[in-house]
Amino acid sequence: MSLDTPRREVGPSVRRSSTSPLFALSGSIILIGFFSVAPWIVPAEWSSVLMNFFILVIMATMWNLLAGYAGMVSIGQQAFIGLGSYATLYFALKGVNPFLTIPLATMICAVLAVPITFLLLRLRGGYFSIATWVVSDTALLIIGAIAYFGGGTGKLMPGLQYLSPSQTAHDTYLATWFVALVVVVGTYVLLRSRLGLVLASIRDNEVAARSAGVNVQSARRLIFIVAAAGCGAAGAVLAVSQPFIQPSSVFNIQWAAEMIFVSMIGGLGTIEGPIIGSAIFFTLQQSLQQYGVWYLVIFGSLAVVIALWQPRGLWGAFRDRYHTELLPVGYHLREEK
Amino acid sequence: MIWINVVIQGVLVGGFYALFACGLSLMFGVMKVINLAHGDMAVVAGYVAVFLTPHLHIAEIWSLLVVVPLFALVGYVLQRTLIQKSIDRDPFTTLLVTFGLSVVIENLLLEFYTANAQTVNVGALGYESWHPGSIFFISYVSLGVLVAAVAVLAVLQLFLSHTGTGRLVRAVADDREAAQLSGANYRHIFGIAAAIAFATVALAGIAYGMQTQFAPTSGGVNLLFAFEAVVIGGIGSLWGTLVGGIALGMAQVFGAHFNPEYQRLAGNVLFLLVLAVRPRGLFGKTTSVS
Repeated sequence: MSLDTPRREVGPSVRRSSTSPLFALSGSIILIGFFSVAPWIVPAEWSSVLMNFFILVIMATMWNLLAGYAGMVSIGQQAFIGLGSYATLYFALKGVNPFLTIPLATMICAVLAVPITFLLLRLRGGYFSIATWVVSDTALLIIGAIAYFGGGTGKLMPGLQYLSPSQTAHDTYLATWFVALVVVVGTYVLLRSRLGLVLASIRDNEVAARSAGVNVQSARRLIFIVAAAGCGAAGAVLAVSQPFIQPSSVFNIQWAAEMIFVSMIGGLGTIEGPIIGSAIFFTLQQSLQQYGVWYLVIFGSLAVVIALWQPRGLWGAFRDRYHTELLPVGYHLREEK
Repeated sequence: MIWINVVIQGVLVGGFYALFACGLSLMFGVMKVINLAHGDMAVVAGYVAVFLTPHLHIAEIWSLLVVVPLFALVGYVLQRTLIQKSIDRDPFTTLLVTFGLSVVIENLLLEFYTANAQTVNVGALGYESWHPGSIFFISYVSLGVLVAAVAVLAVLQLFLSHTGTGRLVRAVADDREAAQLSGANYRHIFGIAAAIAFATVALAGIAYGMQTQFAPTSGGVNLLFAFEAVVIGGIGSLWGTLVGGIALGMAQVFGAHFNPEYQRLAGNVLFLLVLAVRPRGLFGKTTSVS
């Protein structure tokens, strides 16, 4: 934290945050406490909405890491959502408790991402984007051709029927909340590490970063693998939260659309942005749900408008105006009095 | 014998993919923009042909004469407004904006025209085919699309290499600032390139509707095929795109021969193989992707 940064007698000092870390810390503790006991104090339908909200937060945080910090616009992250779901299904069919398969599915997605990076990281910009989609389409077609998983029609998730419905709802909520917490805190720690500095240097000037000895390719590879693992975890909790796993739903490009819009509207390149974007998305979706897919039309248009006129997103605009950060990952130069 | 059929059907499908891909290739070559809404534009052209031309009391096949110029105009306007604005920011923004457009278009089509599949009605012509051998058949519509694709590619090539405007397009593609300094208005030239790209995508969309059914969500898969054709053939080569389209078409027909579900998979596998073994494609001159 910024408290133990050595301070020089004269001249500017470098700080993490312009506001007191105590504010963010106490706020975080209250929120973490609330969400940990939420299934016991909020109505059951609320906790299912919250669960879907956390799944979106996981995905959007991972997409933000890819695009907002490492400059990789993936439109194929649903590949890892689907693979995470199916890894969970595989172990559950083998008799493992579905909740215990979540870390396994996460690791499998990370391992599968390694060979994929060797193909995809040869491409840049838009070519990278569409190639990620080809990879996800290929994964969908391969999984859909495996009879063990029920082919294109899908399969019921086994191993959850021994619990009562309300017990299952509680457990899946807590699992989702825990994964979301790990993903957000993990991303925060990752971006405050040396890798975070490396990513910032690539984002600001790739050529300068290279000449300063930054290994751009390996930084990108690492981020891609982390994002694959995170989306795999999201897929795994998705599989546990809905009884039926179907290729066309878990590999749906709509996941990519949601995570992209949410990150853009909330604010790319900030930890808080995707969380705020997800909250806006759920508010909009819940209030417009009787009007079909209009929420996606509105949300997509809003994302286009924000990309063109407010590229730092709503949180970025707020931060620029009020110089406030809740979860700072950068550094500030401060003139000492 | 199946091999001859694979080649014939592959060439026919490949011509269609090349027609689809040349607009994508042109926009990338000139503006360095990957239009992620490219496939959806084609679907919109199909919907315009099916739902709006009946009001003009002409056969759906002649909707080409209305829709293609209309799309050229739409392309010019969209380029001068939204796409130019995003180019002025950075390449990253062009991806986000065109992806946003793509999702908005798909969902608007779903709202207005439901998820039901549509076709562009060409009457009895749609069922007729030429049988040069006992087991081969060549659909007249597919053959027409292949001829149209080759014609479009040839006209585009001639336009780019032999006309004044074509020279301007190439100049702006090479170095837009230098072209601007020499008196070319690069934004206008970008608009012209987008108009051509949108005209070809409208043609491709209607051709698609004549051959098969389409729905609001068909755009995505078509964008994938067009993109695969461009990368397999080699970025920056118009005739390479035709060869890439044909290679993709043959791989798909070959896959479908074993199992209809393997059609798309075989194409994707060919694409990933090319990416692994020869990332600049079959005819790519430079490694402009990386």
